[in-house]
Amino acid sequence: MTEPIITLRQVTKRYDSHTILNNINLTLESGKFYTLLGPSGCGKTTILRAIAGFMQVSAGEILFAGQRINDVPANKRNVNTVFQDYALFPHMTVAENVAFGLTLKKLAKSVIAERVAKALKLVQLADYGDRAISELSGGQRQRIAIARAIVMAPKVLLLDEPLSALDAKLRRQMQVELRALQQRLGITFLFVTHDQEEALAMSDEIFVMNQGEILQSGSPVDIYDEPINHFVADFIGESNILPAKMIADFQVAFGGHQFECADAGIPDNEPVEVVIRPEDLTLTTPDRAKLTVTIDNQLFRGDYYEITATDTHDNHWLIHSVNPAEDGTTVGLTFRPQDLHVMRFGEKEAEFDARLETYDDLEDDTVDQT
Amino acid sequence: MRVSKPTMTWRTIPLTKHRTWAYFLPYGLWLALFVIAPVALIIYQSFFDLGHQVTLNNYRTYFHSATYLKMTANSAWYAFLITLFTGLISYPTAYFIHQLKHRQFWLLLVILPTWINILLKAYAFIGIFSQAGLANQFLTFIGVGPQQILFTNASFIFVATYIQIPFMILPIYNALDDLNPAFINASRDLGASSWQTFRHVIFPLTLPGIKAGVQAVFIPSLSLFMLTRLIGGNKVITLGTAIEEHFLTTMNWGMGSTIGVVLIVAMIVVMLLTGDQKVKGGTPR
Repeated sequence: MTEPIITLRQVTKRYDSHTILNNINLTLESGKFYTLLGPSGCGKTTILRAIAGFMQVSAGEILFAGQRINDVPANKRNVNTVFQDYALFPHMTVAENVAFGLTLKKLAKSVIAERVAKALKLVQLADYGDRAISELSGGQRQRIAIARAIVMAPKVLLLDEPLSALDAKLRRQMQVELRALQQRLGITFLFVTHDQEEALAMSDEIFVMNQGEILQSGSPVDIYDEPINHFVADFIGESNILPAKMIADFQVAFGGHQFECADAGIPDNEPVEVVIRPEDLTLTTPDRAKLTVTIDNQLFRGDYYEITATDTHDNHWLIHSVNPAEDGTTVGLTFRPQDLHVMRFGEKEAEFDARLETYDDLEDDTVDQT
Repeated sequence: MRVSKPTMTWRTIPLTKHRTWAYFLPYGLWLALFVIAPVALIIYQSFFDLGHQVTLNNYRTYFHSATYLKMTANSAWYAFLITLFTGLISYPTAYFIHQLKHRQFWLLLVILPTWINILLKAYAFIGIFSQAGLANQFLTFIGVGPQQILFTNASFIFVATYIQIPFMILPIYNALDDLNPAFINASRDLGASSWQTFRHVIFPLTLPGIKAGVQAVFIPSLSLFMLTRLIGGNKVITLGTAIEEHFLTTMNWGMGSTIGVVLIVAMIVVMLLTGDQKVKGGTPR
C-alpha cells in the first residue's frame, strides 16, 4: 500500500438540520483512478467540493498527504477540478484559459507557452490555442477544461461528472481517453458520476454512495459480483433480486427450491436476498433446468437478447441470452453456484468484508469441486 | 457555459410571422410617435433661424462659439465625474448586496428612492445643505462652523450622484447575479486569490453591467438642468440648461434644437463606446 494522498476521516456535512454527508471515511492512494458513484443528491459532489476547498465540512478531517487541509483555502490546495459545466472563462481564448493558473504563478512567458502547448497537445487540441471558447464544441470544451486543470500538474484531479453533457458515442471515447490520460500522467483521479457503466469501465476503485453515506467500496469487479445490498445490486448493472432464505452454509432457498451457493457465515434460516446477473442465466431445456420459467417478452439488443420471464412463484426474471427464445414457451434456466450472491439485510461493509474473510478459502475449495 | 439557443425557434417564425407583426404594433406606434417623430422634429428645427429661414447658421454658431463649446465640455466633464463617482460607489455596493442573505430586501431599499420625484429630492437637499440645514448644524457641532454647501459644484455632483446610484447598481447587480459561480470556483481552484479572481474573472465578466450602468447614468447626466439650478446655483451651465433657456426664455427653438442634436450625437457616441464589442468568448455568462 502506497502513501495515501487524500484521506477523509469521519467527514460530516450538515445544512441546518439536513445531513448531506454522514461520517464519510475514505482513503485515496497516489496514482489511482477512483470513482464516487451514486444517484443525484447522494452527496458525491459535496465530497469533491470539500476536497477542492469550495466548502467547509461540519465535522471530520480532510488530509492531503498526511496534512490536515480543512482550513487551507481552495487556491492553496494542490488539487484541481474539472467542472461539470467546464467553467471555461468566456472572455479568454483557449490558450489564455489553459495558461490562467500558470500566469498567476508568475512563471516566465516561455515556460507558460511551453506547458500550455504541451497540455493542449495532450488533449489533442494543439492548434486550438487562439480559438474563442464559444467556437468550441462540447467535446472540445471538455478537453480544454481537462487541459486547464492538468497543466497545473496537480497531485489529485477532481472530475465532477465531466462527461454528462456529451452524447453517448463521445462519452465512450472520452472514457477511454481519460483512463489513458490518468495512466500516462500517474495523477490520482477522483471522478464523480451517476453512470455505473462509466464507473465500471474506468475505475481502479469505486465508492458507491447513497443518501450521504458510502455503502460499499472496492474494485469494479468486486462491486459488480458481490454487491453488499439491494441498492448497490440494483444501481450497478441489471440484476434479478429475489427474496430467499439461508438454509445452511452454501445452501440457499428461493422460488420453491434449494440451491447450492457460494456464501456462508449467515445464521441458518435467516431471510436474505439473492442476486443473479441476467448474463449469468443460461437457457436450457426444462428437464436439465434448475428452474423453469415462461417467456413473457424479448428485445433484441444487438449483441444479445433481453428476455423477460416469470417462474411458477410469480418471480420476474431478466435474462441476457445470445440465442433468442420463443414467447409463451416454458424453458429451463440454469446457473452456477458462484453466480448466486446472497445479501443480508442491513449488513454494513465492515461486517460484510469480515464475513467474506471467514470462508474465502473454503469457498475456493467448493468452486474447485464443481 | 450555456449551450447556444436551439435553432428550432427560428424555424417556427415563418408560420407566425403575421401574428408577430400584430404584437409589434403598440410598440411600433409608440416608437414612431414618441421617439422617431420628436428626433426628426428636433433635427428639422435645428436648420431654421429665428426668422424661420432655412440655414446652417445654428451649427456655425455652435461650433464657433467658445461659450457653447465650453458648455459642452463642462457638461461632458461633470457627467463624467458623476458617472465615475456613481460607479465607484455602486460596484462595491452591488457586490456587497449580492453577498447578503436578504438581497431582494436590500435591493428594494436601493430602488426605493427612485420612486420619489427628483424635484422633491432636490428640495430635500436644499433643506439639508442650506445655511441652517442639517449639514451645517453638524459642521457647527463638530466645531468646523457653517460653510457654503448649497450652490457649489461639489454639492451638485453629490446630489446628482445620489440620484443616479440606483440606475448604476441595478445593472451591475444583475450582471453579478448572472455570473456563473463555477467561474469563481474555477479561478480559485487554479490558484487565484480573492483579489485576483475579482480582477481577472469577476470584473471582466460583469463589465457589460458596468457599461449598461454608464449608459443609464452618463447620458442623462449630460442634460441635467433642474439640479444645476436648484443645487448647483447655475454655476455649472450644462447643455440641458442651455436647451431649456433657448426653448423657454430666448424662444430660439432653432438653436435649442441644434444643441439637442449635439446631445443626441453625444448619446450615440457613448452608446458606441459602451456597446458590446465582439467579446472573445461569446456571451459572458
